[in-house]
Amino acid sequence: MRTVWIILFIAFAGYTALVYTNGDAGRMEPATAQVRAGMDTWQQQNCASCHQLYGLGGYMGPDLTNEYQRAGEERMRAFMRYGSGRMPALELNDAEIDDLIAFLAWVDRTGSSQVSPENVHWSGTYLIKPTTP
Amino acid sequence: MTTATKWHIGFALLLLATALVVGSLAAFAFLLPDGIALIPFRQLRPIHVSAALFWIISGATAGLVHFKRVEFGETRGSILYTGFLVLWIGTILAVFGFYAVNQYGGREYWEFPPLLAIPLLFAWLLLMADYFRAWLKRTPDPPLYVWMWSTGLLFFLITFIEQNLYQIPWFRDNYLREITVQWKSNGSMVGAWNQMIYGTALYLMVKLSGDEGIARGRKVFIFWFLGLSNLMFNWGHHIYNVPTAGWIRHVAYGISMAEWIFLINIIQGFRAKMTEQRIHRNIITYRFLLASEFWVFLNLILALLMSIPAINRYTHGTHITVAHAMGTTIGINTMILLASIGTMLGMDALPDKERRWIKIGRRITTVSLLVFWFALIAAGLLKGYRSVALGMTDFQAMMQPVNNVLYVFAYAGLGVLLGLGIVVWAYFNRLLQPSS
Ligand code: HEM
Ligand code: HEM
Repeated sequence: MRTVWIILFIAFAGYTALVYTNGDAGRMEPATAQVRAGMDTWQQQNCASCHQLYGLGGYMGPDLTNEYQRAGEERMRAFMRYGSGRMPALELNDAEIDDLIAFLAWVDRTGSSQVSPENVHWSGTYLIKPTTP
Repeated sequence: MTTATKWHIGFALLLLATALVVGSLAAFAFLLPDGIALIPFRQLRPIHVSAALFWIISGATAGLVHFKRVEFGETRGSILYTGFLVLWIGTILAVFGFYAVNQYGGREYWEFPPLLAIPLLFAWLLLMADYFRAWLKRTPDPPLYVWMWSTGLLFFLITFIEQNLYQIPWFRDNYLREITVQWKSNGSMVGAWNQMIYGTALYLMVKLSGDEGIARGRKVFIFWFLGLSNLMFNWGHHIYNVPTAGWIRHVAYGISMAEWIFLINIIQGFRAKMTEQRIHRNIITYRFLLASEFWVFLNLILALLMSIPAINRYTHGTHITVAHAMGTTIGINTMILLASIGTMLGMDALPDKERRWIKIGRRITTVSLLVFWFALIAAGLLKGYRSVALGMTDFQAMMQPVNNVLYVFAYAGLGVLLGLGIVVWAYFNRLLQPSS
């Protein structure tokens, strides 16, 4: 038993290292200071309790992964400042809104949240072509 | 049972009660416009999810500590365990304090300010020290449940640390890496608490049947290693749609599909279950374990389907994920924990009149949870169809009919609140009796 356990554990450690270093397939656009600040605000405001990025997060509001592209900056600004029927006005200042926009634009450039039908392989898995930022 | 364990159980049950009440409020707050609900959804959701998660982990550790004492023949309490308990309870109370004043850390499931992870980590290390000190004196060839407890404790530590690696800029500065590592740890952490909980379920079955054999032998361990590989490598099914390297997806898909073997095994075991059921039908512990097995069966079918990327394309980001999340944490985890705590409290020694309440509570729960679960699946199917197949982009219009279905879910939730509420109340009563 012990041997099998140890072998599995070593495989896990090796796989972990591989995921950390190569999981992004070399596609990375480093965060700027503003993007980082935006990510901090995203977390402090707990936007994820209602919104998703890549389909992960809450269910009350829309997925925001590609909202930058789809809705555009001005519309996003208006929601963040005033809220909507369902979304509370979060009392963010201008700098925080700018940071959030920078963060969401950065997320948008990493890829698309919705997998298109052409990416579905007959075996059931996805083959997603890298979108190099 | 020691006084410390009583506090441990009491606190865990209180968390379950909180999850139930706040979950019910959240379900209605989700549907009603902001402002009508007393507490906004943005606040209710973190309280609910944290209470649920901490209930599971607290309940799992309570059983583990208590039964390992019996197993390893310990007689005295331990300062390490008391230390764990004080830090653990204190920090969790602080978590709710921060939510009350709208202070968040904004990570999914761990939505509190990240500094609070430090005392939780220390608490866990104390718990592990208490456990592994006794474990070192174990018999050379321990039964499977001891392996499961040890593995669960260790992997919870690993995944908890991994969960917080995003504090290091190297992890968070690359969004693909950040999201991958976050869901790698989240995904495996579920596996870690399942090791602790299933370990206890196995322990209880051994004691009920008096047959050590079910925790030993080649086949049992082969199945366990299959489960362990899933803990380690199947987490990629959370992020199929994220444009990571392709192998992350393929490995997760392949490993998840190995779980069909579990499903087949359950179906093959049905007949033996029928006989077993006749023997133990009146035992509370057994009835909760049996309920959990029923939910394993239903949830496994759904989980296996969701783990196929081509299907996940429609279910991901919909309430089907919520059906799975609550179906498993309530149907499987909570049922086993109620079996475990019921055993610790000696519920089966109570007169029939009191035990009947637990039976009623369990039945109400099962029926309501079925409606709850199917309503969430229906809501998810509808959203998947409208957003993916029809490609609707106006979010509010797309969600309109989905929200109608969610009313069924919210009302069924009241049934779950009632059913589990009765059980929690009966357990509390027993806990507060001097003789327990
Ligand atoms: C009275 C019964 C309950 C009701 C009405 C309820 C309601 C809810 C609601 C409204 C959400 C948020 C979904 C969203 O973001 O839209 C949620 C999430 C969740 N609940 Fe419950 N809940 C109940 C009981 C429980 C219990 C007893 C547990 C666990 C022991 C639990 C575990 C969870 C988990 C893990 C999530 C997160 C789901 C995800 O992110 O996918 N719930 N629940
Ligand atoms: C007791 C056992 C289990 C528990 C407690 C559990 C819990 C959870 C939770 C809480 C989530 C929600 C994560 C989120 O908020 O996005 C989740 C997602 C998921 N689980 Fe499980 N799970 C269990 C077993 C399984 C098994 C056995 C499989 C597959 C064979 C599986 C496949 C999935 C998949 C594919 C998702 C991601 C859904 C998506 O986001 O598209 N789960 N699980």
